[in-house]
Amino acid sequence: MSYSITEPSNRQKWIAGGLVIAYAILTLLPLAWIIATGFKTPADAIAYPPKVLFTPSLEGYVNLFTSRSRVTPEDLAALGPPTTWYDEIVRQYGMVITGASRYGERFLNSVIIGFGSTFLSVFLGTIAAYAFSRFKVPLKDDLLFFILSTRMMPPIAVAIPIFLMYRQLGLSDTHLGMILLYTAVNLSLSVWLLKGFIDEIPIEYEEAALIDGYTRFQAFYKVVLPQAATGIASTAIFCLIFAWNEYAFAVLLTSGTAQTAPPFIPTIIGAGGKDWPAVAAGATLFLLPIMVFTILLRKHLLRGITFGAVRK
Amino acid sequence: MAEVILHNVTKSYGPQTALSGVSMTIADGAFVVLLGPTGAGKTTTLRMVSGLDTPDQGDISINGQSTKGLTPAQRNVAMVFQQYSLYPHLTVRENMEFPLKSPLLRTPRAEITRKVAEVAEILQISHKLDNKATALSGGEMQRVSIGRALVRNPAVYLMDEPLSSLDAKLRADLRVELKNIQSNLGATFLYVTHDQIEAMTMATHVGVLDHGKLVQFGTPREIYEQPVSIYAAGRLGQPHINILPADLFGPAPSNATHIGLRPEHIQQGEGQDALVKRIEHLGDQTRLHLSFKNHDLTTVTDAHTALRAGDILRIQPQRPFYFDANGTRI
Repeated sequence: MSYSITEPSNRQKWIAGGLVIAYAILTLLPLAWIIATGFKTPADAIAYPPKVLFTPSLEGYVNLFTSRSRVTPEDLAALGPPTTWYDEIVRQYGMVITGASRYGERFLNSVIIGFGSTFLSVFLGTIAAYAFSRFKVPLKDDLLFFILSTRMMPPIAVAIPIFLMYRQLGLSDTHLGMILLYTAVNLSLSVWLLKGFIDEIPIEYEEAALIDGYTRFQAFYKVVLPQAATGIASTAIFCLIFAWNEYAFAVLLTSGTAQTAPPFIPTIIGAGGKDWPAVAAGATLFLLPIMVFTILLRKHLLRGITFGAVRK
Repeated sequence: MAEVILHNVTKSYGPQTALSGVSMTIADGAFVVLLGPTGAGKTTTLRMVSGLDTPDQGDISINGQSTKGLTPAQRNVAMVFQQYSLYPHLTVRENMEFPLKSPLLRTPRAEITRKVAEVAEILQISHKLDNKATALSGGEMQRVSIGRALVRNPAVYLMDEPLSSLDAKLRADLRVELKNIQSNLGATFLYVTHDQIEAMTMATHVGVLDHGKLVQFGTPREIYEQPVSIYAAGRLGQPHINILPADLFGPAPSNATHIGLRPEHIQQGEGQDALVKRIEHLGDQTRLHLSFKNHDLTTVTDAHTALRAGDILRIQPQRPFYFDANGTRI
C-alpha cells in the first residue's frame, strides 16, 4: 500500500470525519446511558422502550448517598412537612432518611488506594528504571525478565495464596495491604515503560550536569526527571486506571474498612429493590476522577503512547 | 587555573584499547591541542580528565592533587561536548546559568546575570537568550555549549571540537575570541580539533595521538618542522605532506625508505622534470598537482602563476624528512 502525500479531497475528509464520529458515538453510548440513567427515576430507568427524553431527577444520587427505611403512612404524617429537598424525594416512596450511606467512604478508599499505589508504582518504577537504564546491574537482563514475568499470568491466579498471606500478615482489609498489592501488580509495567522512556534520554545530558558541578542524584532530579515527565505521566495514568478499576482482589480482600468503590457499587442494587439510578449515579461519580486525571495529562498521554514515533 | 598531569594513563573499553600509557604535562595556562583521527583517543583523554571515565591504570593530577576517586564536580572542570548536550527543557539563559547555580559554585544572582550577559555577548547569542535550547540552529547550540563552559572559572577547560559546526566566518571570530579569553584569563585548555588552523594558531602545545598512544608532544612549530614520524608529519600541513620512496630524487640515507616533503619544501625551476597535471587557484595561493616519475605530489606556487596543465616543471627537494621502514623519522 502506498501513501498519498497529496491533500485528501473534501469527500475523503467527510468520510473520514464521519467514521471517527460514528466510532465516537458507538464508544460513548454506554457512557451516555449510564450518566442519563443516574438522573432518571427508578420507573423511567426500566421503562420499555427506553426513554431518551425524560424529566431529570436527583433520586438516584439521593439514594446513593443515604440509607433509608420504610415507615407507615401514619408515622410519616406524624413527622410533619419535609425540611429539605432530599427529604421530599424520599417521602414520596413512604421512606425516611436514617443516615448517610457508605458510598462516600468507599469512594475515599478508592482515592487513597488508587492514588497511593499509583504514586508508589511510579516512584519506585522511576528509580528502578533509571538504575536499569544507566548502571551496570549484575544479571540486568535476567532481573528485567523476572520483573516482566510477573505480568505473564493473570494476577487473580495468585489470589488464594495472597488471600492466605494477607490474613496471616494482618494486611487483609487494610489500605496499606491494597496499596502494596496494586503496587506489586503495576510495578513491572511501570519499570518497563519508564525504562523505555529513560533509555531515550541521551546520557550526555547527565554527563554535562555532572561536569557542571552537580551530583548524580541532582543530575537525575534536575535533568532526567523533567525530560521523563511525559513518560512518568503516561505511566501514572496506566497505573491509576488499573488500580482504580480493579475489582476481583477488592472483592476478595476487602469488606469493611478498606473496601473500594467497585465492589461496593453492585451492593446498592440489593438495598430496597432494583435501584438502577443509584447504581448509575455511583458509576458516574466513580468515572469522574479518572476522566479529570486523564484530561489533565492528555497531552503527555498522547505523546507518551506514540513515544518514539513522533519524537523529533 | 591549574596544571594537569597525566601519568601513564591506560584505558580499555572491553577488548578495545582506547589509551595506552599516555603521559602528558599540561602546564598552567597552556593551550594543548590533541590531534589524531577518530578513535585515536582524543575524546577519551578529555573524559579521563573530566572524571566521566576513570583510567584503568595510571593517574591524573590537577593542580598537584591526584584525581583518584574525585567526582567530575569535585575536579572543577568545564567541558564542551561534541554533541552540544544542551538541556532541552531549559532556555538558553537557563542553560548557561546552570553551572553557576550548581551546589559547587552557588553564585550570587547578580553575578550570574552579569556573567551570562558578558559571555553571550562574546559568543554573539545575546538575542537568543530566552529561546528554548531546542529551537536553535546547530551553530547556535554549539555556541551555547561553549558559553556554558565559559561562564565558569574552572581548573581546566576541556573542549571537544567546539567550533566544528560553525560557518567559516564565525569559526574564525570565535577562534580569536577563545584564544583571547585563554590568554587574558591565563586559563588552561585541553582542546580536541581536526582543524589545522585551530591547532596552529591557538595551541601552545600539540599532542599527537595514534591508537591511544601519545606519539609526539611539543609546540605546533616543533610538530610541523620536526615530526617524529610519517604519522605525526601527516597530522599538520595543508595541503598534506608528500610521502614518496626515499631514493626518488637521488641518494638517500641508507636506512631511509620514505622521503617526506611538505608542499612548500619543493623547490621549483631546478632539478628534474615533473608534469603539471592540474592547477587549483585558491586566490591567495595556487596548488600544483604534479606527476613525478609516476608518483603524484602536491606543491604550492605563486598565486599568479603562468603554469598550465600539461606544462613541464623542474623540481627538487628542499629540507626533506627521511623516514625508516617503521615510519620513524631519521
